[in-house]
Amino acid sequence: MSLLRRRKPINESSDSKPLLEKEGEEHHEEDHDEDEDDGNGKNKKTPSKIKKKPPPQSKWSCLDTCCWFIGCICITWWLLLFLYNAMPASFPQYVTEAITGPLPDPPGVKLKKEGLEAKHPVVFVPGIVTGGLELWEGRECAEGLFRKRLWGGTFGEVYKRPLCWVEHMSLDNETGLDPCGIRVRPVSGLVAADYFAPGYFVWAVLIANLARIGYEEKTMYMAAYDWRLSFQNTEVRDQTLSRIKSNIELMVATNGGRKVVVIPHSMGVLYFLHFMKWVEAPAPMGGGGGPDWCSKHIKAVVNIGGPFLGVPKAIAGLFSAEAKDIAVARALAPGFLDNDIFQLQTLQHVMRMSRTWDSTMSMIPRGGDTIWGGLDWSPEEGYSCSKKREEDDTQITDQAGAENAVCKARSANYGRIISFGKDVAEAPSSDIERIDFRGAIKGLSAANTTCRDVWTEYHDMGFAGIKAVAEYKTYTAESIVDLLHFVAPKMMARGTAHFSYGIADNLDDPKYKHYKYWSNPLETTLPNAPDMEIFSLYGVGLPTERAYVYKLSPHAECSIPFKIDTSADDEDTCLRDGVYSVDGDETVPVLSAGFMCAKGWRGKTRFNPSGIRTYIREYNHSPPANLLEGRGTLSGAHVDIMGNFALIEDVIRIVAGASGEELGGDQIHSNIRNWSEKINLQLEETQVYSSR
Amino acid sequence: MASILRLRKLYYVEPAVKCSSVRFESLDESPKIDQKLGKKEEDVICANSLALEVKNKRKQAKEWRCMDSCCWIIGCLCTTWWLLLLLFHCWPVTLLRAPELPGPGVRLKREGLMALHPVVLVPGIVTGGLELWEGRSCADGLFRKRLWGGSFTEIFKRPLCLLEHLSLHYGTGLDPPGIRVRAVPGLVAADYFAPGYFVWAVLIENLAKIGYEGKNLHMAAYDWRLSFQNTEIRDHSLTRLKSKIELMYITNGYKKVVVVPHSMGAIYFLHFLKWVETPPPMGGGGGPGWCAKHIKATMNIGPTFLGVPKAVSNLFSAEGKDASYIRAMVPGVFDSEILGLQTFEHVMRMSRTWDSIVSLLPKGGDPIWGNMDSSPEEGHVCDFSKKSHSQTSLSDNNVNNSDVKRGFQVKGLAKYGRIISFGKAASVLHSSKLPTVDSKEFSQTSTSQNLNISCGEVWTEYDEMSRQNIQNAAADKAYTSTTLLDLLRLVAPKMMRRAEAHFSHGIADNLDDPKYNHYKYWSNPLEMKLPNAPDMEIYCLYGVGIPTERSYVYKLSPNSRCKSIPYQIDSSLSGEDNSCLRGGVYFADGDESVPVLSAGFMCAKGWRGRTRFNPSGIATHIREYRHKPPTSLLEGRGIESGAHVDIMGNSALIEDILRVAAGATGDEIGGDRIYSDILRMAERINL
Repeated sequence: MSLLRRRKPINESSDSKPLLEKEGEEHHEEDHDEDEDDGNGKNKKTPSKIKKKPPPQSKWSCLDTCCWFIGCICITWWLLLFLYNAMPASFPQYVTEAITGPLPDPPGVKLKKEGLEAKHPVVFVPGIVTGGLELWEGRECAEGLFRKRLWGGTFGEVYKRPLCWVEHMSLDNETGLDPCGIRVRPVSGLVAADYFAPGYFVWAVLIANLARIGYEEKTMYMAAYDWRLSFQNTEVRDQTLSRIKSNIELMVATNGGRKVVVIPHSMGVLYFLHFMKWVEAPAPMGGGGGPDWCSKHIKAVVNIGGPFLGVPKAIAGLFSAEAKDIAVARALAPGFLDNDIFQLQTLQHVMRMSRTWDSTMSMIPRGGDTIWGGLDWSPEEGYSCSKKREEDDTQITDQAGAENAVCKARSANYGRIISFGKDVAEAPSSDIERIDFRGAIKGLSAANTTCRDVWTEYHDMGFAGIKAVAEYKTYTAESIVDLLHFVAPKMMARGTAHFSYGIADNLDDPKYKHYKYWSNPLETTLPNAPDMEIFSLYGVGLPTERAYVYKLSPHAECSIPFKIDTSADDEDTCLRDGVYSVDGDETVPVLSAGFMCAKGWRGKTRFNPSGIRTYIREYNHSPPANLLEGRGTLSGAHVDIMGNFALIEDVIRIVAGASGEELGGDQIHSNIRNWSEKINLQLEETQVYSSR
Repeated sequence: MASILRLRKLYYVEPAVKCSSVRFESLDESPKIDQKLGKKEEDVICANSLALEVKNKRKQAKEWRCMDSCCWIIGCLCTTWWLLLLLFHCWPVTLLRAPELPGPGVRLKREGLMALHPVVLVPGIVTGGLELWEGRSCADGLFRKRLWGGSFTEIFKRPLCLLEHLSLHYGTGLDPPGIRVRAVPGLVAADYFAPGYFVWAVLIENLAKIGYEGKNLHMAAYDWRLSFQNTEIRDHSLTRLKSKIELMYITNGYKKVVVVPHSMGAIYFLHFLKWVETPPPMGGGGGPGWCAKHIKATMNIGPTFLGVPKAVSNLFSAEGKDASYIRAMVPGVFDSEILGLQTFEHVMRMSRTWDSIVSLLPKGGDPIWGNMDSSPEEGHVCDFSKKSHSQTSLSDNNVNNSDVKRGFQVKGLAKYGRIISFGKAASVLHSSKLPTVDSKEFSQTSTSQNLNISCGEVWTEYDEMSRQNIQNAAADKAYTSTTLLDLLRLVAPKMMRRAEAHFSHGIADNLDDPKYNHYKYWSNPLEMKLPNAPDMEIYCLYGVGIPTERSYVYKLSPNSRCKSIPYQIDSSLSGEDNSCLRGGVYFADGDESVPVLSAGFMCAKGWRGRTRFNPSGIATHIREYRHKPPTSLLEGRGIESGAHVDIMGNSALIEDILRVAAGATGDEIGGDRIYSDILRMAERINL
């Protein structure tokens, strides 16, 4: 209160009021104080005082009104807060039901009534970005954050000390491991990825539903890992793969020998592919579990939204640190993110940080032109965004052919993942003049020193290098890898030691025993586990980034020289804001999520020598009907699908013991079968030999 | 929600605007207009200041002003608060912290200590968090929320629901049907018990300073309500711990593990040591060399090896020292029949379903805890004025001759052996003047008298005792730790039957007797052999210098017609200055919960050298930490505390643990460090 009194007169003297009135105000204030302090004693004096007072206008100053007003609001707020806290917990649900009609039972409750019970232990493998990271050792600027989440949770620290945060989240540029004196580690346990931020569920809904049929901590395990590292490095630094192995063995042993069901999501899919190879590889490089470890311990792998063959989004992220969302924001408020005056350079910081993360390179499209299409063809060609709605509901297989013929002329060239300029993206390949960038000399940019300390490898490229990149005009999946080698040689040198993006000619080649091939489904064989099942569950019906139209940044000196050309739009060819989109779950195109299960591993192929059965389960996206539903129970979006009731039901049936056949086999809404047909990939070993 | 809020706001803005205009026009002439400002809403809020002004003649004007002032004050306060909050948040973190000494972790890191041995933390009773996995409908929305630990807000919101969920099944000591409450896993299980109240957090932070992290630091969280073997049966906690230790041993370059149990965790880990080497159906099947291969040292913090007397009062009447004080000060609040609270009954009913509390009953019987007339601690002088013991009184008391003592110091001496006595007389009289305790006489003549049907539905086993038995049990008697068990068997036969299948409280005559292979003996250090691991070390680290509950004076509850707990601590009793009797409780030296005797005896004598309990001669070390209360409020709970939980923030203790974890042996950190009388007490015990 004393502080308050001191403050008030100062404020008021700053007002340009006549002296007399001010005196009156102070008088009035005294009045107040007396009233508050000892109201009883002064009671009888007050009426007379009121009469003495100067004109009433001055008594109720603006400041008082403000305080009064704030007071009112506070009281209301507290009252509401109190009401809210005193409210029975079922009230929101009641309101929702009153508006939208009774909600369907959550799948856990429904299936419990059917008599399903916990049977197989469950292992969750979270994807990139969704897992929490916490600080174990940091620089001075991160004091007081010990064991607090740097990633996930409220992200409060990002706003408070952004540079410090970026520094701690980055890895070492050379090794891809911890920088000196900084240890950021994954949060362990189910809390690692149940909620990404407060209220934004990732695994929480699935966990809650599994708990309904009897799952608990001893039968559920979240295989949290540091998603910034390359997969093998998680073992080198944290022994994460060994922990997963030991935990799976423990769960199988304590649950009466029942095999585990593994549920990876997003990048976790690749991580688990890596794990399956690692665990059977002999000891120095692998886990030494022996050749039948997988068949002994794993019943099924239920991949949710798996980017088996990579995602084009990763390219945009690595190339210019932006994706569709950022590009749009950039177009709306130009100069805000890159503002030199505020010294923000946000994107450069983000880029520098994300380029130290090896894991982002695991998502670069794999399989090159064979899978993703060349200059003039792509498996998805003929896909039309505007027609998509009707198509989805009817049977597609017949339509696709006809549609192909009609739309041929105006179809997007999805094969050209990056094109410079819209005209280049649309022109026939013969019309594009390309100058090979690979030999181009990188000049040192003179402006380098003025760019402050934000280091991205673009500074080393110089104008000549940048120009060379733009001159090549358009890039397909194969040349993208070369492009990235060109623009970010250090990063790619690190990355290619851990990941590979090709297609194996001969899988028996001893070089494929190296761990860098383990996470690429086109360069590994599945383990010898004929009883295992592989599911691919993903959402369809959402436009998903597939190819980009780029342009040179106007002020290329001190920032990222390329950016998405958000002005490029074309209704017919699915081009919007410089991004060509295709069917998928908003992040992963159908092709990447479905191809391996639809064709690459279907039956006995050379990638799947023991004939592990594969199933595709697609879920059509339908947006939530109203705001009250939150993120919806029918969503097909990459993360929101984890709350999709149909998907949860499938998962629960599997963990309770059902096989893929009992589930209903494939459930396909998209064109994945047609598109897979178009991909010409050798699947049988004999053919490989005969072709040599 | 947002739209409703906006509506409410509008509603409030309106009168605000109105008032201000009204104020300008109307002050002099028409109080009537003021009436419009229906005070309906603010009535409640202003009630206090309003009351002062009701008498005033110009009522309306006054009311109006009250509302004004209220809002004005609240507004000002809020603004200031927000301003301060903003300042606080913008404040650089470093400025807020008082310049403090670098913690032991930083200091030792400068010395060059590095993480070497993986560390396993074993939390004790009560401190571990519990979360809900399946519950009744009253616990909607609490899925995977903490029921125990954390902010405890749910206790106030729905106390009965919470009690129901935290209780176990009375018959089996496992989950009641339809309820699954499980231990929180990971380091978060017991780093903080409640926000700001650290348990393991300080130790974890210091370990991290020298390089520990998730891969070499593990919290062996378990459901502390269950009996130890049941944690394995229900949750596989022991198997998990075994697998975790093996994994850490391998992934950290075949470095043995340092285990740091706290409180009840110490006997839990004893149980584990036996379990892991026992063959599979009952044990973990690790084979006889498992401990020698995987464990470097066990550093027990405040271990309850021989039990704690506090557990007796808890089971007997659901009260500790603190509760009995409160009960004495505000009689009737807790037991108020009108409010239907019956707090103690509820608490007792819940805690009696927890088998683990029975594991804390004093073990070893009269040879350890003393009989009617003598006890190992006798002669302990309680000095509540915080002076240290004078050496003279110690030497006096050391003359362990009963008739000399009776001659000249009998008045001040507490008879600690009588853990429960009824009436002060029974606690001081010589044993020959007391009626003998004969457990046979407690035969349950009439089982259920059912006087208490009208007393609410809280059921405790006291309801089944006849009034006659209750009085019989009390009549001027005193109980030692052996007869105490008989008493408990009388008052709570079902609980004891259930729990005694899991715990035993005796002393083994012949440890080779095959019956000792049963798991119920594994957690009693006096009925089990330590594993064959000559390189292992066992530490007893505990605080001393705080009066600790040792025995109790009871009385019958006054209004016992409708009360289901017929006994309560007689808190009116206090001895004179030098006596150890305070509020019906006799105190001895200890760390506020565990008497020195229980924490230190095994390390001081029972396992020292090669004894029958320690056939392979595992080295034992005692490290005592004298309690020093924090000098100022700013220090929080102090870095030199010796209290049972606060000791986890004691710098000296943390330093010892860090040194051992970094590879030092017991002799390198200085061997024994003893302040208390433990060696003398241990000598008096004749095993």
